[in-house]
Amino acid sequence: MARMAGRRLLTAVPLLAVVTFGVFAIAAASPFDPARAYAGSAGLGAGRDVLDQLRENLGADRPFVVRWWEWLTAALGGDLGQSTSLRQPVAQVIGERIGWSVLLCGVAFLLAVCTGTALGVLAARRRGGLLDRTVTSLAYTLEAAPPFWLGLLAMWFFAIRLDALPAGGLTDTGADAVTAGQVASHLVLPALVLAATQLPWFVLYVRQGVGDALDEDPVRGARARGLRERTVLLRHALRSGLLPVLTLIGSRVPELITGALLVETVFSWPGIASATVQAATSVDFPLLAALTVLATAAVLLGNLLSDLLYGLADPRVGFDG
Amino acid sequence: MTARSIRGVAAMATAGVLAGGVAGCSAPGGGGGAGAKDSLVVGLANEPETLSPLLGYGKDGNSKIFDGLLRRDAAMKLQPALAAELPKVTDDGRTYTYKLRQGVTFSDGKPFSAKDVVFTYRTILDEKTNNAAKGELDAIDKVTAEGDDTVVFALKYPYAPFAERTVLPIAPEHAAKGQDVNTGSFNTAPIGTGPYVLTGWSKGEKLTFKANPTYWRGEPKVKKLTMAIIKDDDVRATRLRSGDLDGAILPPNLAKGFKGDKGKLTLTAKTTDFRGVTLPTAHKVTGDTAVRRALDLAVDRKAMVDKLLEGAGRAGYGPVPTDSEWFARGTERPHDLAKAKKLLDDAGWRPGGDGIREKDGERASFTLWFPAGDKLREEHALAFASDAKKAGIEAKVQSGTWEVIEPRMKDDAVLAGGGNPADPDFDLYNLLHSSLALDGFNNMAAYANPDVDKALEEGRRSGDKNARKAAYDAVQRGLADNPGYTFLTHVDHLYVMNDGWRELATQVEPHDHGLGAGPWWNVEDWQPQQ
Repeated sequence: MARMAGRRLLTAVPLLAVVTFGVFAIAAASPFDPARAYAGSAGLGAGRDVLDQLRENLGADRPFVVRWWEWLTAALGGDLGQSTSLRQPVAQVIGERIGWSVLLCGVAFLLAVCTGTALGVLAARRRGGLLDRTVTSLAYTLEAAPPFWLGLLAMWFFAIRLDALPAGGLTDTGADAVTAGQVASHLVLPALVLAATQLPWFVLYVRQGVGDALDEDPVRGARARGLRERTVLLRHALRSGLLPVLTLIGSRVPELITGALLVETVFSWPGIASATVQAATSVDFPLLAALTVLATAAVLLGNLLSDLLYGLADPRVGFDG
Repeated sequence: MTARSIRGVAAMATAGVLAGGVAGCSAPGGGGGAGAKDSLVVGLANEPETLSPLLGYGKDGNSKIFDGLLRRDAAMKLQPALAAELPKVTDDGRTYTYKLRQGVTFSDGKPFSAKDVVFTYRTILDEKTNNAAKGELDAIDKVTAEGDDTVVFALKYPYAPFAERTVLPIAPEHAAKGQDVNTGSFNTAPIGTGPYVLTGWSKGEKLTFKANPTYWRGEPKVKKLTMAIIKDDDVRATRLRSGDLDGAILPPNLAKGFKGDKGKLTLTAKTTDFRGVTLPTAHKVTGDTAVRRALDLAVDRKAMVDKLLEGAGRAGYGPVPTDSEWFARGTERPHDLAKAKKLLDDAGWRPGGDGIREKDGERASFTLWFPAGDKLREEHALAFASDAKKAGIEAKVQSGTWEVIEPRMKDDAVLAGGGNPADPDFDLYNLLHSSLALDGFNNMAAYANPDVDKALEEGRRSGDKNARKAAYDAVQRGLADNPGYTFLTHVDHLYVMNDGWRELATQVEPHDHGLGAGPWWNVEDWQPQQ
């Protein structure tokens, strides 16, 4: 198990280097001008010589390979550089925001896994029944719906029509301090929407897994022994039906990150994902690279986690990976 | 590991993050709760990129955190601020001498003096400083301190509107020196002499301020000021209605929804914020004076004001709005489609088979760009194209980002916007002087008119107000004669806010209106209603 984790970590290093190189290359090829993005509205009145000077000061006139190498060597030495779009050190940007992103993603993921498992089991119990058909078609609809659209819909309904929940932000605008109560009420909508975008996968996987397990010999044996339906369902069918879900947990991480990107932007949630959008559109190399490393690391860790969990849950699977 | 224990671990981790986040992120600052009389929460569409005057923050005044040497009053007249009086202009308009106010301190208690002024201007002009607006101070040759209480600006050339630039906020040398001007901590933790002190800046969400108790003009009555950044107009209107905001900037169609609301006040700010179409000189069609004049007559500006702006604006014939003291009377060009058609007929532009005119095999057709996502410019572009079509000229409307538009500006028209109310030189020189043709976003039409160039130079050099007025009259008449831009409208800015303060007013606002614009431009002077 430790060997597998170690091997994965070793392959992660060159992979991260390649990924950041790709980010620098793509950002350099994009039509966005870093100097103009940096200048913002003042840049609209700026003359050519001012913009050229700015480009030189920002180092934006040099080839991206040079900039990538400088960034990489500095980052390895612990200096993540300065974000040109947020005018803060990159380490500070990440430090201030990552907690809120982890909170949002964690709550949403937990919600999706729990609700998804519950709905999946209920649907699998009587396949083809009314509940099954409702849940399944709902899951397919949700899977097809884009997260930002769901977000706007939820905002319109809960915040504008019902005026029951705040429309965005981390706290009320006039609030002085960030209190747990404020954050909790502002967390509800974005977390619900993000959970809803992840929900269908868990519902469908659990439904399939539990449904298949219900047809297998051990379950039939358990039924034949006269065990209660509840015991059969939760103790026997769910346990073997959950195995594919463990794999799913790891492979959903990239989707969760993209979902968070859109949800954070829609709800002005001050997390890491909304900074990513800004970094990308203003060609903020240092921030973009650091965030890409974070996202890649999250995906790799997610995969590792699901493989480890699978190995723990099913002794037939080894850790050779 | 079972599913249950996984859930348990995850829940604990979430709780830990929540607790840690709350402990680490509590915002400082005192004052009453939302809705209290001594606090104000306003919703804005744009966020400043930086809070350092050295990088361009607050260069047009009303920066809340800082003061300039001068400031503008409600009538846009210059008044002394950190200067004790208006500057003395000598040496044929080439030397500006400012006597400084005594006894002013920064919010950290250290005294303000001439060395702070010199530091601020010298740092901005340093080529290593990433200030995109430094071109506005191009006239400065040298800035020097004479003792603690006098600052002298020596200019490269006589520049009449120079004093208007010195509303620029002054940064303290002791706090901002010794760190990287572009990335140092001063950018997010500014210290100034102004009426408010920054207490928090959550990027993309809000800025919070508290009143400066030692402000040299007296502590403001509004003790707590919050500027919420809400890009989406509908969300801003909703949060205003729900009571989350006390005031907000809104487009006319949303401001209308608050008309019947007794507790709410709608304020209309007059502006120099123009919308117009650039007519590239290099293009065979748009470079033709007859086509330019015809387009100028064919557009129905009144209909645009009524329909696109819902009445909140004025017809525009140039960068100078019709109600400005600098406007040249008699240069209005009323809508006259028949005359436009006759002009084109006389110049040899004959209607072709599809209704579009032709001359020597050249179709009267060009491309008109507007920046993607800008609804107001899109509507202006479509209205312009529809009016042009009636005269037999085709404008093919396209949208793109500025990166797409900029390389095409030489031959393609752009729906442009801009406007600075402080002095006619600021807009007219940048838009019309031939030396700035296609230099960044200055003179996007590459307008070149020797008479206009000469009058523009006269206007910026002459220290005499009557001579300047005559020069800018000549510029506007030259523009009317050869309209290298089809100016369409000046757009009013509408603000809706809770009633409860005495004598609220707005200044004449520029195109680029950040947190210094709106009724809260002078929030430090507000007095509660009895």
